Amino acid sequence: MSYPSLPRVLVGTDIVTVSEVAAALERFGARYLSRCYTDAEVATCTSAAGGWDAARLAARFAAKEAVYKVLSPETGWLNPRSVEVVRSSSGVPSLRLTAEAMDRATELGIASWSVSVSHEATFATAVVVAVAPPAGPQAHT
Amino acid sequence: MSDAAAAITQQIREIVTQHARLNLGPEALTDDTDLYKAGMSSHASVNLMLALEGAFDVEFPDRMLRRRVFESVASIRTAIQELQAERGPGAGG
Repeated sequence: MSYPSLPRVLVGTDIVTVSEVAAALERFGARYLSRCYTDAEVATCTSAAGGWDAARLAARFAAKEAVYKVLSPETGWLNPRSVEVVRSSSGVPSLRLTAEAMDRATELGIASWSVSVSHEATFATAVVVAVAPPAGPQAHT
Repeated sequence: MSDAAAAITQQIREIVTQHARLNLGPEALTDDTDLYKAGMSSHASVNLMLALEGAFDVEFPDRMLRRRVFESVASIRTAIQELQAERGPGAGG
């Protein structure tokens, strides 16, 4: 007996230490930002004091790494800028994939993504969920 | 190993020790130690890349942004030497 196939649900998660991001900002500054974040992400992660909000950047890096874990690219590397965390006016985040991330997601047939991020002083974390077509008919006896 | 390669290797080892956040001490780090298995996180690998670029005055092109390039001191040395060679004579030691 066979049952209709169900979509595949793929999950990725990551946790980042905020102090590591703060140290990278201090050590590498604009080079770190330009390599890891889109201009829009940097613009949404400025702090009230006029610098950068390391916790919010860490949350975005965690989201990028969570996407990487879902995509599992054959090169073992994913350009962080090809995964963008977009925050709506209501504050709800979403993902925008471009370039190699989009290519890999297309290859896997991923139709939709969801993301949730959280951060506090010490850690930032993200969970992503991707939905892909069924792997194939499943037979049950 | 030539003196130049040895100097590059030593500099890479120092940078890896400082930036890769490994779970082993520098005395245990060999040229072939798998840095990811030794605890280097994804964020640490980005920091390592940026530190290497600054120290050697190079920029890793997209084709070199691969896990295998930053996997070990030896693989990093190969990449650095390749970038220095592409830059031409007198580019690095």
